[in-house]
Amino acid sequence: MTTALRFHNLTLGYDRHPAVHHLDGEIAQGALLAVCGPNGGGKSTLLKGIMGVLPPIGGAVERITCPTNRIAYLPQAHEIDRTFPVNVFDMVAMGNFRATGWFGGLIKQDREKTFDAIASVGLTGFEDRHIGTLSGGQMQRILFARVLLQDAPVILLDEPFNGIDQRTTSELLALVKRWSDEKRTVIAVLHDLDVVRRTFPQTLLLARETIAWGDTDAVLKPENLLSARRMVEAFDREAHECDRVA
Amino acid sequence: MFYEFFIAPFSEFEFMRRALVGACALAIAGAPLGVFLLLRRMSLTGDAMAHAILPGAALGYLVAGLSLPAMTIGGLVAGLSVALLAGLVARVTALREDASLAGFYLMSLALGVTIVSLRGSSVDLLHVLFGNVLALEDNGLTLIASVASLTLVALAIFYRALALETLDPSFVSSVSRAGGYAQALFMGLIVLNLVAGFHALGTLLAVGLMILPAASARLWTADITRMTIIAIVVGLVSSWFGLLISFSHNLPPGPVIILMAGMFHIVSMLFGRAGGWLRRIHRRIHLEA
Repeated sequence: MTTALRFHNLTLGYDRHPAVHHLDGEIAQGALLAVCGPNGGGKSTLLKGIMGVLPPIGGAVERITCPTNRIAYLPQAHEIDRTFPVNVFDMVAMGNFRATGWFGGLIKQDREKTFDAIASVGLTGFEDRHIGTLSGGQMQRILFARVLLQDAPVILLDEPFNGIDQRTTSELLALVKRWSDEKRTVIAVLHDLDVVRRTFPQTLLLARETIAWGDTDAVLKPENLLSARRMVEAFDREAHECDRVA
Repeated sequence: MFYEFFIAPFSEFEFMRRALVGACALAIAGAPLGVFLLLRRMSLTGDAMAHAILPGAALGYLVAGLSLPAMTIGGLVAGLSVALLAGLVARVTALREDASLAGFYLMSLALGVTIVSLRGSSVDLLHVLFGNVLALEDNGLTLIASVASLTLVALAIFYRALALETLDPSFVSSVSRAGGYAQALFMGLIVLNLVAGFHALGTLLAVGLMILPAASARLWTADITRMTIIAIVVGLVSSWFGLLISFSHNLPPGPVIILMAGMFHIVSMLFGRAGGWLRRIHRRIHLEA
């Protein structure tokens, strides 16, 4: 099995306070990995580190199957300005960025692929709707369609099912499974442990440090969840400099 | 009648023709910039930048009097440094960018007024603060026209980068490292246009031809292309009518142009089809599905 991503003693953070502390490990190509843990546990920070948007304070991320700009990212819903005047088609068409770049136009083939992506999340007929008029679930489908179009070997999802109803969640989960079958590496930050247990074979439980990483059933044990909660509450404003070595 | 009031002042007087050309160029370039300022929730940033230009222009005035190149260079340097400094302060201190901009523009305004009064009369101060579109000379017109052309070309080229960076910055940073440059370029264009505009409208009112037409347009449509077109039309008509009214009633042209744009804005707030007050009332009667 090929490895897609490898973390070498990775520390990520803000203002020298680590949000992800001394993370080691690797993620296989085609893996379906859930990242769980309490708020402030460094889950979104880890995704930013994988994307290369946040440079590490210490250690490194090794991206083996693809460069940073081939990693597709589905942001948390609140990161998008829904009042911006753009319609569904254009929003999804952003997923063609690799073909168009900053300046190129959409060729016929790109347009067809965009319509297909919209169809595969069940929103055909919504192309001209303004994104501000969509429901939370419809907006999330749009973002999934955009990721679909990006055709990326590594896909990062940040809380993709927050506030989304069950039907939409299960339809989108079917897409996620398909990505994994296509040998894409999918890493999703999730809070709903039922969804994790049902769909994600691997889980990383993160509370600044790795609490547990491996098969989902083994990771999501009560004692692990409890120690995750304790860990993150130990934030210390006057923290000493960390002298731990790899 | 129509000809006498609406056309004749321009066909008879050269200074009116020059003023119209200058104001129209400013309106055409300012409108799309205003649309983006609005969409990026930076309307007040434009205003703050306009104030920031003042001490630079004033220094140019102190050195060389009412000289176009000196005041332009001074204004450019001051505007760009405040834009950079405000961003820097927001990164290295606890202040947010809006607070640090507000701090800088207040200091700039006070400094600028002080510098002008060091040397000049209150007439000169009025000129720097509120401009004089009726006194545009060849080099002033050339500056305005060049900046307007450059702005339109740059916006056409970097339109996608600007739009995407406004809509979904985290997507942009996931596919490219160029997003930050879009923001810098945009601030640069704002400063350039304000500097070009202040000879005609003054440092304080130059931002009016950006924000007022764009804000009015937003009340008529939610589509970005239509918004830009409406904003340009509002800016052009405001310039034309404003100059005519100032001519026939002997009023200062800059403020009257901005007042005309303000009138369009009030009408849009009342009757705008996309979020105006009357529409909101009408909306209370709900549909079946």
